[in-house]
Amino acid sequence: MKLKNIYQEEKKSNLAKVSEIIITMASRPSGFIGLSILIFHVLLAFISPYIAPYDFKAINPTLMLQAPSAEYWFGTDDLGRDVFTRTILGGRTALTITFFGSLIALLWGGLLGIFCGLVGGKTDDIVMRIVDAFLSIPWILAMLLIVSLLGTSTEVLIPALGFFYGKGIVRVARAATHDVIAKDFIVSARARGHSNFSIIYNEIIPNVRDAILVEGAMRWSWMLLGFSSLSFLGFGVSPPTPDWGLMISNARGLMSFAYWSVIAPIVGLSSLIIGINLTADAFAKALGIDRSTKAPV
Amino acid sequence: MPFLIIKRILLGLITLFIVSLITFVGTEILPGDACTTYLERQAFGEQLEACYRRLGLNVPAYERYVSWAVNAIQGDFGYSLSGEMPIKEVLGPRIKNSLVLASAAIFIGIPIALILGIVTALWRDKLPDVAISTVTIFAMTIPEFISATLLILIIAIWLEWLPGIVIVPTDVSFLELLPNIILPVIAIAMIMTAHMARMVRSSVIQVMASEYVQMAILKGVPYWKMVFKHVLPNALLPAINVVALTIAWLLGGVVVTEVVFNYPGLGRLVIESISNRDLPTVQALAIILASIYVSINLLADLITLMLNPRLKTLQIRK
Repeated sequence: MKLKNIYQEEKKSNLAKVSEIIITMASRPSGFIGLSILIFHVLLAFISPYIAPYDFKAINPTLMLQAPSAEYWFGTDDLGRDVFTRTILGGRTALTITFFGSLIALLWGGLLGIFCGLVGGKTDDIVMRIVDAFLSIPWILAMLLIVSLLGTSTEVLIPALGFFYGKGIVRVARAATHDVIAKDFIVSARARGHSNFSIIYNEIIPNVRDAILVEGAMRWSWMLLGFSSLSFLGFGVSPPTPDWGLMISNARGLMSFAYWSVIAPIVGLSSLIIGINLTADAFAKALGIDRSTKAPV
Repeated sequence: MPFLIIKRILLGLITLFIVSLITFVGTEILPGDACTTYLERQAFGEQLEACYRRLGLNVPAYERYVSWAVNAIQGDFGYSLSGEMPIKEVLGPRIKNSLVLASAAIFIGIPIALILGIVTALWRDKLPDVAISTVTIFAMTIPEFISATLLILIIAIWLEWLPGIVIVPTDVSFLELLPNIILPVIAIAMIMTAHMARMVRSSVIQVMASEYVQMAILKGVPYWKMVFKHVLPNALLPAINVVALTIAWLLGGVVVTEVVFNYPGLGRLVIESISNRDLPTVQALAIILASIYVSINLLADLITLMLNPRLKTLQIRK
């Protein structure tokens, strides 16, 4: 009974911590704007299939390239599909794929970084050399190669993005571990005879978690950027799936007389990326981490 | 000092070696090879054998790696599949064009980034900082293909000031290229400048808060003299490294920008060779792009080493 009470109290304080961080984030104007945009997009991704006025893949030759009207709010595209419908649906794939991709990146990058920071020595040297080598291949070349050979299904995209955006997290996690590892409580845990696993789980992770989470939040926005670039180049999701990157690349050729079909997805994608970025920034500031000096690698 | 420099160069070479292994193994383990891709449905019997012999694919993988690597060091990357041309000849003009684009963007971007970064740091949280920082966040986060598309829409289509798409042959002289590259250069410089300005800003802010700057203020050093003599030299050093990393990272963005503007550089070659499954060219591109990345980083490290007086004395004492 007593044990249960202690457990509940701890859980409550965790929740309190999270809500405190969110309140701190929202108390800055940029953080408030970022959080609102992000929440708007996430909500939209959940409800858009139910509120979409038309079928996103219904082709109608008689309605090609209609200007925005009361009936078609954002006009229609070159195949007569409703741009508003496609725009509000266009973020779902990108959000889902990049969200799970960042989770994978966080997990493998964080764990490998902590491991390297902890063991040090030869293993650390070799692993960091390999990570450096992977870092120096441009992500776009590697992603394009993988996608063109293995296809553009979700099962390929999520692990591939997760892998290539996790490389930078390895470095951050390793540096954060190095900062922690010289502290007294690690030395005393070692003196108590704790195993490496126990030290990682109980001592290191709670101390490097903030830095890794902030990095992960940033990765999310970069991954979104990378994923939409892939879609734009024709190597992301395949048509007729509504996706902002794909919509922009399709509508680009006709934008001299049908600018609406390119402006709508541009606003959607830009606002989402800016929203995630501002949120990540506010998150870093709420946790007291300055990430503006870091390079986007 | 010389020891440190040699060590850095060696580390760079090791990285390149691992990159070459990764790209070679990567293109090797993926399904299909150059011949089956090239011959498509005729990939059997006599023709397949002949193709293997012609491309030298009939020897074990490690031997091929060694001969490929030895040739690649000498600048010979073999033949491309699609054009049946030496890759060296395909790459030459493309590298030149991309270099023109990238260096123009860097030379425009760095001074602007320095000014913006210093202004925002010195007027921190005041109106100039808030205004400029908001703009840089937009410029930094919006994907290259969106800013490039918007530039074409506004400047080329609506205002009709500049050509929106580059329609020149690959080997064109610099002067003919000039009006065509203005928009791509703006698109690349915008995002690069925003990244660098933010780093310069936070670096200057950090130095401004340090004790020796406080000391200089207390001593009564005039404000601008303090800024130029004490703050900037110390603030810009750490920024150099990060700027180099950013430039290298933006190589990926250059690929996208080149595609949007139809610019005949390395980036478009990446897309073309991948669409054609031209694996020899892809391998060559991976090595070249990785070498660019490694050398930019190396250069930044060396500049930092040479400019930083503290590192020099550290080495002498050792």
